[in-house]
Amino acid sequence: MENHATQNRKWSGRFRYWTDREDILSSLFLFPAVIYIVALVGVPFLIAVAFSFTDVTAGNTSLNFTGLDNFRAILKTPQFSQSLKNTISFTIISQIIIIILANILALVLSMDFKGKWFARFLIMLPWATPIALGTIGWLWLLDSKFSPIDWTFRYLHLLGEPDALLGDTKNLFYLGRLELAKASIILIYVWRMLPLSAVILMAGLTSIPQDLLDQADVDGAGFWRILFQIKLPLILPIMSIAVLFSIIFTVGDMAVVYVLTRGGPVYYTQVLPTWAYYKGIESGALAEGAATALFLFPVLLAVAIFVLRFSRRTEVT
Amino acid sequence: MKNIIHWTKRVILYGAVGIFCFFSASPFIWMVITMFKQDRDLYRSANNPFLYNLSPTLDHLRLLLVQTNFPVFLRNSVFIGVLVVLITLVISIPAAYSLARLAGRWGERAGIGIFLVYLVPPTLLFIPLSRVVVSLGLNNSLWSLVLVYPTITIPFSTWLLMGFFKSIPKDLEEAARVDGYSRLMSFIKVVMPLSISGVVAVTAFTFTLTLHEFVYALAFVTSSAQRTISVGVPTELVRGDVFYWQSLMAAAAIVAIPVGLIYNIFLDRLVAGFTMGAVKG
Repeated sequence: MENHATQNRKWSGRFRYWTDREDILSSLFLFPAVIYIVALVGVPFLIAVAFSFTDVTAGNTSLNFTGLDNFRAILKTPQFSQSLKNTISFTIISQIIIIILANILALVLSMDFKGKWFARFLIMLPWATPIALGTIGWLWLLDSKFSPIDWTFRYLHLLGEPDALLGDTKNLFYLGRLELAKASIILIYVWRMLPLSAVILMAGLTSIPQDLLDQADVDGAGFWRILFQIKLPLILPIMSIAVLFSIIFTVGDMAVVYVLTRGGPVYYTQVLPTWAYYKGIESGALAEGAATALFLFPVLLAVAIFVLRFSRRTEVT
Repeated sequence: MKNIIHWTKRVILYGAVGIFCFFSASPFIWMVITMFKQDRDLYRSANNPFLYNLSPTLDHLRLLLVQTNFPVFLRNSVFIGVLVVLITLVISIPAAYSLARLAGRWGERAGIGIFLVYLVPPTLLFIPLSRVVVSLGLNNSLWSLVLVYPTITIPFSTWLLMGFFKSIPKDLEEAARVDGYSRLMSFIKVVMPLSISGVVAVTAFTFTLTLHEFVYALAFVTSSAQRTISVGVPTELVRGDVFYWQSLMAAAAIVAIPVGLIYNIFLDRLVAGFTMGAVKG
């Protein structure tokens, strides 16, 4: 009996010892997360790099080292260079529009007005909705025959009549014409990322100390002066966070192009992710698909380095 | 004069709000108008598309719920979502606590590292992961998604929870330890009860992240019975070249609006998480 009690005390003492050691506890707590991420992010990434130097396909899983052949092969195809160009240009153009609009939207949302909760709900919808479903909404909104936008233009006599401003065809065929298809894709990227960027900027605006703004007001600075000389410089760090998220979600997205244009007309609106999908999964050329997707990596690496340096700088100050 | 300036400001403000709301909401407005329209009304390009020229109908909603696989997609998505939320919470709560409190200087680095993993897009990894999924015999099964989705949700949740744990005063735990609790027990008895709202927010976001995911669901699963909402609706409800627009729009709206409400409720939590790195360093 007594023996049992001491045993028990001993055991609970040891248990207590282990659960009280911070270093052990912290590794125990962190271990499952690290294992999961190493196994299903780290390892696959290395496999992707390995694949891109071999001739693996979905049917034939034997790996033969082929050096840079895949990269040489994909660089030669016009589809690849078009995808790369599109990924870069879609991203840059949409980010410029997003950052301008997001600043305006953040200013608007940081003011008081009636029905703010509902307005915020509507504005957040594009970000909250699964992007594939949101894009279906746009697909129907931009329909080649029944687009309500075209109907509105026709109603205003801007379309579908001789000498009309937008042409005499009954429809604009948004997704059939190259320039309009590209513009539509960029429009959806803006539509989707604007809410997130705006709320991040809003958080930045609310973190500006009120007495600073009051002081500027007392000193006689007007709205624009306060905006450009106090608010914008102070939210610059947070703005770069907003841009980061926006770039990463835009560069990595494949649902918009896949659902909206399927890369068409022909292959002129393909982006790297969709082209990697068509190559790697639909035609089974795993190696070439992996090599194509890897071209996303330099962009992401640059972004990652930026974040790391950025966070170190805020640590110091 | 002052009055005029005041009113001009209000008009500009409400005008701007209106424009932004219209831009964001227009596809959803169009979804909701379309889903109740009769074919003869919808497919006549002379009709005003914003009005019901013929009486609205529920036929297409019925078609969606009875004759398509939409209920199956919905069930699959919920099933995956619930399991992924559980896995995510079990793994990311301890990880976040460890990074917030226990690991010290080194923990901050690891925290940034975990966050960077969230920024690795699925489009970079889906090809090698498709091989992993095949070699585990999970191809064409929704279990492949249960396995893979935590790679997206764990980093995200860990990051959000880390901020939450940091906001709980250390003194509380120290007081508990003076009362004789071990480190582990003080976490379970003191920190966890205070973190319920953070856990609820993380649950909501983890669930919606799994609803959003498109790339893995498209690449790993091909049979209709195993598909999720995000992929099932745009691929399967479009049969050949015929689009059942009303049903499609109903499917999108049914998912979009509740998820939008969830986001709006927990938005502040999310923004705090997103901006933590910049504000607090």
